[in-house]
Amino acid sequence: MTAPNHSWRNFKNAFMQTLACVCAILVVAPLLLVFYHLIKEGFTSINWAFFTELPKPVGEVGGGMGNAIVGTFVLLAQAAVIGVPVGVLGGVFLSEYGGTKLNWWIRFAADILNGVPSITWGIVVYALLVVPMHGFSALAGGVVLGMMMIPLVMRTTEEVLQLVPGGYREAALALGIAKWKTIVQIVIRTALKGIVTGVLLALARVAGETAPLLFTALGNEHWTHKLTEPISAMPLQIFAYAISPYDDWHRQAWAGALVLLLLVLSINIGVRFLTRDRFQQKA
Amino acid sequence: MSEAAKNQKTPGLQPPGWQFGDRAFKWLTLVMALAVFALIALIGYELFRGSHLALQKFGWRFLVSSDWDPVNDVYGALPFIFGTVVSSAIALLIAVPISIATAVYLTELAPLWLRQPLTMFIELLAAVPSVILGLWGIFVMVPFLRDHFFPLLQKYLGFLPLFKGPIYGVSMMAGGIIVAIMIIPIITSVSREILRSVPGLQREAAYALGATRWEVTRIAVLSYAKKGLFGAVILGLGRALGETMAVTMVIGNTPQIVKSLFAPGYTLASVIANEFNEATGSLYPSALFEIGLVLLGVTVLVNIFAQMLLKTFAGPSVKPQH
Repeated sequence: MTAPNHSWRNFKNAFMQTLACVCAILVVAPLLLVFYHLIKEGFTSINWAFFTELPKPVGEVGGGMGNAIVGTFVLLAQAAVIGVPVGVLGGVFLSEYGGTKLNWWIRFAADILNGVPSITWGIVVYALLVVPMHGFSALAGGVVLGMMMIPLVMRTTEEVLQLVPGGYREAALALGIAKWKTIVQIVIRTALKGIVTGVLLALARVAGETAPLLFTALGNEHWTHKLTEPISAMPLQIFAYAISPYDDWHRQAWAGALVLLLLVLSINIGVRFLTRDRFQQKA
Repeated sequence: MSEAAKNQKTPGLQPPGWQFGDRAFKWLTLVMALAVFALIALIGYELFRGSHLALQKFGWRFLVSSDWDPVNDVYGALPFIFGTVVSSAIALLIAVPISIATAVYLTELAPLWLRQPLTMFIELLAAVPSVILGLWGIFVMVPFLRDHFFPLLQKYLGFLPLFKGPIYGVSMMAGGIIVAIMIIPIITSVSREILRSVPGLQREAAYALGATRWEVTRIAVLSYAKKGLFGAVILGLGRALGETMAVTMVIGNTPQIVKSLFAPGYTLASVIANEFNEATGSLYPSALFEIGLVLLGVTVLVNIFAQMLLKTFAGPSVKPQH
């Protein structure tokens, strides 16, 4: 091998390595930029009224997103009621029971569901609930988010249950404990942290969803007192304010986005510390 | 508990009550697991039911007609299909090289102490809600593109029809860029998984032949992982096609088919988001349901393809990122 060839190879090596490093910086940049602008534009609009008051009509300064913040939590609570039992128990089936073929199909179906565009979920639940109930409702919003959680929770539950050593199950069965009790009291309890992590991540994911709520929860300028009424949610309110032509609403949108992002990111960062010791993120 | 105690005395003998508990629990979990099939059936059923009218009226012509005229009740999806394809193509062109290079950096090049935090950072980017990225897109990215980046592109590449025409800011290009930002974290983290599953022996063999680090990466790692990386890209494509909020906020929402990437466009997902609540009559909503059906069909096919590629490459150990 001749010398010039060698230096050319070395140059190419250095060049490609630098390029990869630059790309990594390019990937990280958007998150930093988004965060920077959210804090710059949104932080000054966050005050007590923002969390407690209703939106003010155009022209009146002040007001807040109290109803949207409460609405987001109401929707998440409903979503959890639907998504957690179905997702967790389905995950138990995948991990503990069933033939390989059936399980393959269930996993496959869950992965396909995870890829269904969120807007599609919105119109499906519109046809399923909003049309028969003659109106947009908090209930429909909770149901759509709950349905979206099911495949997410199912897959993460299965994954963490499989991290529980088989010896635990065998030991329990050897003591003559029924299989279902072994699962509930030993397998699930051992993996509980991981399951909770999966549930929280799924909640964080649906908390930011806007598209499925457009035709189900719809949004509301006032407090919602019944689940059969339309309800506001932070992503809906941010969207409505962002595409409005008013500066004051834009400020509210930035503030809302900052609060929503902090909520989502703190869940995401929080669970990483929660699970750091035991179930090291394999992914 | 008393049942358990009883059984401890007589291992191997299962009292009837037990079998009931076991069977009931198994059935309960089975029913919950089967819920995924029920959901798929539900989605298909509601979309077919909703789009029934439009399917009957337009048939396959719906896909190739470019008239979208709610006033005269004439609907064709071509401009939206065009917009979805173009914005996803732009997104892939930007996202694929950057994502794969970043995955290479994360698995092959980066100092060890940096790998974990950087990976976590990219996972956080994946968690940013679409509507927040859209907000940032409207007020920060689009003005920047309009005032600085697009004029620059036009100055140097303006001879191409793609970069001709007036610059509005909101455009197909802006839509493509925002989608790229959304799919980069997915493609990167799946690619990283794939590259990590490349056996170390592959690399050692290449090093032993005197290859430089880049040559090792190219010969031993990237070409070995080709199929899996392709799967990661297709998975990203599935996400790009269905992306709604951020795109709706920056693409300009104009149903037209033009060459210029600086012109506004419209996508399948955004036309549903914008027009569904205002759709009156019976044919208009039905046409939007049919758009939903088209979108679902395409994303499901793309996702199945991605799953097949990923599963044949690495077995079940590589999980799709959501």
